Amino acid sequence: MADTHAESVAYVRDGFLPERPAPARETGVVGWLRQNLFSSVPYTILTLATLWVIWQLGAAILPWLWGGVWHVDSIRACREVLEGAAGGCFAVLTERWAQLLFGFSYPSGEYWRLGVAFVLLGVCLAPVLFPDLPRRLLIATLIYPFVAYWLIWGGTPLAAVSGLAGLAGGAAAFRTVASRGALLGGIAGLAALLAIWWIGGELAAAAPGFLALPPVASRNIGGFALNMILGTVCVSLSLPFGILLALGRQSRLPIIKIACIAFIEFIRGVPLITLLFVANVVLAYFLPPGTTFDLILRVVIMITMFASAYIAEVIRGGLAALPRGQYEAADALGLDYWQAVRLVILPQALKISIPGIVNVAVGLFKDTTLVSIISMFDVVGMIRGPILASTEWNGVYWELYGFAALLFFVTCYGISQYSQWLERRLATDTR
Amino acid sequence: MPIPESESKTIDRSQMQVSDEVAIRIAAMNKWFGNFHVLRDIDLTVHKGERIVICGPSGSGKSTLIRCINALEEHQEGTITVDGTRLSSDLKNIDHIRSEVGMVFQHFNLFPHLTILENCTLAPIWVRKVPKREAEETAMHFLEKVRIPDQARKYPGQLSGGQQQRVAIARSLCMQPRIMLFDEPTSALDPEMIKEVLDTMIELAEEGMTMVCVTHEMGFARSVANRVIFMDHGQIVEQNAPDAFFGAPQNDRTKLFLSQILGH
Ligand SMILES: Nc1ncnc2c1ncn2[C@@H]1O[C@H](COP(=O)(O)OP(=O)(O)O)[C@@H](O)[C@H]1O
Ligand SMILES: [Mg+2]
Repeated sequence: MADTHAESVAYVRDGFLPERPAPARETGVVGWLRQNLFSSVPYTILTLATLWVIWQLGAAILPWLWGGVWHVDSIRACREVLEGAAGGCFAVLTERWAQLLFGFSYPSGEYWRLGVAFVLLGVCLAPVLFPDLPRRLLIATLIYPFVAYWLIWGGTPLAAVSGLAGLAGGAAAFRTVASRGALLGGIAGLAALLAIWWIGGELAAAAPGFLALPPVASRNIGGFALNMILGTVCVSLSLPFGILLALGRQSRLPIIKIACIAFIEFIRGVPLITLLFVANVVLAYFLPPGTTFDLILRVVIMITMFASAYIAEVIRGGLAALPRGQYEAADALGLDYWQAVRLVILPQALKISIPGIVNVAVGLFKDTTLVSIISMFDVVGMIRGPILASTEWNGVYWELYGFAALLFFVTCYGISQYSQWLERRLATDTR
Repeated sequence: MPIPESESKTIDRSQMQVSDEVAIRIAAMNKWFGNFHVLRDIDLTVHKGERIVICGPSGSGKSTLIRCINALEEHQEGTITVDGTRLSSDLKNIDHIRSEVGMVFQHFNLFPHLTILENCTLAPIWVRKVPKREAEETAMHFLEKVRIPDQARKYPGQLSGGQQQRVAIARSLCMQPRIMLFDEPTSALDPEMIKEVLDTMIELAEEGMTMVCVTHEMGFARSVANRVIFMDHGQIVEQNAPDAFFGAPQNDRTKLFLSQILGH
């Protein structure tokens, strides 16, 4: 000891060393370049190769963008204007933008309704997305689906209003009766809900013209609006179902547990496209003859089931990551199961699951383009069908698919950025 | 099993009243984990205002015993009566007992997504249905008592271990429990933080709280407990007033354990 650390034996520091700035080599532009791009010979080669690829891509794409033709009425006219020069035929976008966004049979005078529904979506989703907004604003989020339904499908608002009133009435009935037992409360709530819906249905049928917007049938809704509708509805529905499935999979009651596992494993083992074919064709066999079961609704059910199974597995991971002590502390304080789940378990499990949930949501949103295969005219269906099949625009591939890709990229990149912001916002252990 | 009367001698213990009222009565209780007989024939009566310290080697069933008291673990035979209510498998009954019995864990188990104040108000608001304002006032009162009111708006992850454990104590106190259970509250702490937690527990004892503590802090047992229980292999091997327990242990295993823990 004493031999190897002779100086440490009798040493007393009598003042602390001041802080010094890092050596200049490490900071500034030159330092950054040296560290990140040219730190060694292989890195320098990699940097130069990357720059070359970027240059080549730019040289190919930029003239095509700059030289694009925006205002003619067919691909032939495009070619005449370009005379062999590089340039995209973007005129298809300016001429067919409405079809790409809203489908080809949504009445053009009613496009504003989809626009308003889209803007309101942003506004009404904000209280859910941003935890710092006052919780009272959540009421807007609750009302939004009914407003959006009325705007998109038209008809009398009585149906939507009674839908909302049914939920409110059911909740109120449940609250007043629940003190005498949860089951009794559930029955009362359900009874109130069904009664109000039935009355509302009769009213809407009796006065179909009351404050009515021109009705639009589901088959006439298309374009990117259809992708947005399917994506929003299915993600919002699959989150609660996924949570219930994940909790059910953990349940101590074997029947619930087995049912949840069976559902999850079955759905995960089947390709989405087969489920969509089921929605399109087979589901009709199970329904009593004569019933019309909206195609969008059928597709929503299938995509929601599909996404719920995936979200359930993601959330199960979050639940498993929680230490047992969290459950025990909640129990020891006297919280009942649902209180513990809602106040202690889910807030933490969901936070852990955010990246996985966003992953599923983004994948699901892009998968809504699969409906084009069962002859629904979403944005891809529009391109593959009516637009590319037309004599004017037959052959304009890059511009159309590029536009569709751009729409999806902007949306998905936005979702991804938001989720990263949310993760930082919810991080409580490092602040 | 005879219960030795506490003969308080030191000054601070003379102020702590033990009444005749029974707080916890465990009778002929047995528990198994699968085929493993973890608790064997436990008989234990805790009077109101008593401070019981349970010690014993690791794996002897101390945690399991106190976790049975608030039904975090289920027992298979015998009865447990807490504050006059017999523990049954009925969920309402269990939730009621849990709201009367506070529990402090070795690893604090604070809720990391809630602030210190929210940790303390959660159960009063949702279980006791106390208005938020009032719950916050109570919480601040108990946070002052454990001497960390200035941390109320922080998150658990920003506090030291000792501070977190004191918050955990305050969180339990906010439910105004009649009984407090402690499962090795200081054994996950650095030595310099142990004292601040023990001080808080001593104050609690001086106010007459009924306490059952699993701990190896023998200094605490000597000065605060009015009964020390030694457990081994799922059984109560010896129990006595601290002076007798430390001064003249009877059982060989107790002697061995004490020499290991106090020796060197
Ligand atoms: N959930 C459980 N399942 C099976 N065995 C358990 C479980 N919890 C504890 N045990 C076992 O029971 C015995 C007593 O555990 P415990 O009460 O935690 O002991 P102590 O707290 O005295 O160290 C140990 O042998 C432990 O391995
Ligand atoms: Mg233990």
